[in-house]
Amino acid sequence: MLQATGLWAHLGGRAVLNGVDFHARPGQITAIVGPNGSGKTTLMRRLTGDLTGPGEVTLGGDPLARLSPRALALRRAVLPQAGTLGFPFTLREVVRMGHQAGAAAPEPGIVEAALDEVGLGAKIDGLFQDMSGGEQARGHLARVRAQVWHPVQEGRPAWLFVDEPVAALDIGHQLQVMAVLRRFADAGGGVIAVMHDLNLTAMHAERIVLMEAGRIAAAGPPAEVMTGPLLSRAYRCQLCLNTAPEQGIWLLPHAASLG
Amino acid sequence: MTAVPLRAAAAPPHRLPVAVVAIGLALLLAVAALASLSLGASGLLPWEVILRDTTPAERAILFDIRLPRLILGVLVGAALAVSGALMQGLFRNPLADPGLVGVGAGAGLGAVIAIVLGGLLPVTNRAMLGAYLVPVFAFAGGWAAVLILYRVASLRGQTSIATMLLAGIVLGALAGAVTGILIFVADDNQLRDLTFWGLGSLAGANWTKLAAAAPILIAGLAAAPFLARGLDAMALGEGVAQHMGVPVETVKRGAILSVAAMTGAAVAVSGGIGFLGIVVPHILRLAVGPGHRLLLPLAALFGAALLVAADTVARLAVAPAELPIGIIMALIGAPVFLWILLARRAVLEV
Repeated sequence: MLQATGLWAHLGGRAVLNGVDFHARPGQITAIVGPNGSGKTTLMRRLTGDLTGPGEVTLGGDPLARLSPRALALRRAVLPQAGTLGFPFTLREVVRMGHQAGAAAPEPGIVEAALDEVGLGAKIDGLFQDMSGGEQARGHLARVRAQVWHPVQEGRPAWLFVDEPVAALDIGHQLQVMAVLRRFADAGGGVIAVMHDLNLTAMHAERIVLMEAGRIAAAGPPAEVMTGPLLSRAYRCQLCLNTAPEQGIWLLPHAASLG
Repeated sequence: MTAVPLRAAAAPPHRLPVAVVAIGLALLLAVAALASLSLGASGLLPWEVILRDTTPAERAILFDIRLPRLILGVLVGAALAVSGALMQGLFRNPLADPGLVGVGAGAGLGAVIAIVLGGLLPVTNRAMLGAYLVPVFAFAGGWAAVLILYRVASLRGQTSIATMLLAGIVLGALAGAVTGILIFVADDNQLRDLTFWGLGSLAGANWTKLAAAAPILIAGLAAAPFLARGLDAMALGEGVAQHMGVPVETVKRGAILSVAAMTGAAVAVSGGIGFLGIVVPHILRLAVGPGHRLLLPLAALFGAALLVAADTVARLAVAPAELPIGIIMALIGAPVFLWILLARRAVLEV
């Protein structure tokens, strides 16, 4: 269980988070959605411990502030929006760093398996910096995936925090990335994902947290949060939602209008 | 999905097997060390000391002149190369080199302060510090320079190459100006010390100098392997390294202290020897990859071999006179550096 209470954050004298309460369960994909500047990434940074401030975050009952970087790395991996790499490491070496960070004793075969899962197994010995943007994004996903390879160990669930994991990807790779997150959650891991694509979110998330101006406007299963009035108010445009049998909720952005 | 994709062997095809590189470098060091011991103005070969009766003068040449010089060359060469690799890891940039970005100049200023103003210390303190005075001041100067450089050039885990190089030039100019003032006020004896030291040379190596510098150099070299994993992770950015469980601030502090200690001690005993810190790690990254666990020890080996070889050439080229070793390193290093610039021109964000 990931639990946060009374999170505040200020950037440049402005409150970006106004006393946010948040929780997420292992075995689920919890998506954080909301318009630009609503505090999604700031909330994420508070939850990962990158940002400190008023309020408390606990991971499996342990306050984040009391866990060392190493202890935290064994429990959760974080995929930021943009990645850099300073030296010509190979894909294998980058993913291996992730695996070594999350395992007390690294196991053979996991680096390869993590790369196969994102469809990059054949490029394992290629130089990371020579790869396309989409390949690098998937390579970073494999890295964090390898860091929390066994989602449930000794009854301690592992967590994956991903900030816009599909931003740079084509539709096929978007689905592939969501499938990776899905499998991780199904195996008992907890996924917290900041998402912009509402359709992908509706398709994959068990729980959606809708942010609006530094507060949580709504939280719950897709059927409760993905409603016309809630989304239209948060995103400041007229959104019409559709329900397709067996497919769940979907919306057509082209049909939206500024309200 | 087709069948299992074909995988390459453990070492990527564009890299060399680590064992081959390590053995090659060890052989290079052994040959350079033997040449350094046996070649020289006197033409005395090291085994002659064992095989025939030698005069006290010959033994003195071998044990009091050539041997400490060899050991100093090994330690200074290893320290300069490892300092370069650490600095580049810290700044996530293959162009960061203590000599290039003002750390050498800072250490040099510290050394000059110690030489010129050391006499102002109360006699008791001077006796206590003795041979350590110059290395300690050089360390302090180098440490201050790395610290200023890091503060100026790094913002939120990102380093600007342009800012770093410019800050290095500014630090170098400032250190040069203060050094100039101190040279102006120095007396004749101190001037002789300064000139000798400023040439960048291992000449004048003796057991006393070695005893003063070796502990600092060895401590810096011994600390380096503990930073390897952290520096690897920091190549992905400081935030990501933190996420991967690396105590980033501790690694940064450790790298800064090691670089300052090694550069300071090396500058104190051998003056300004440039380019080793940039050429050695660059070639090794091409050969075995950028992972610091291999890069740091191999850089120590390669740096030691290269400096001992260059020092032997410096002693023999214009014998009985000596070329300053700095000249030889620049002759090798400058073209290699230009080559790095050409190769990276496309990706340099200057």
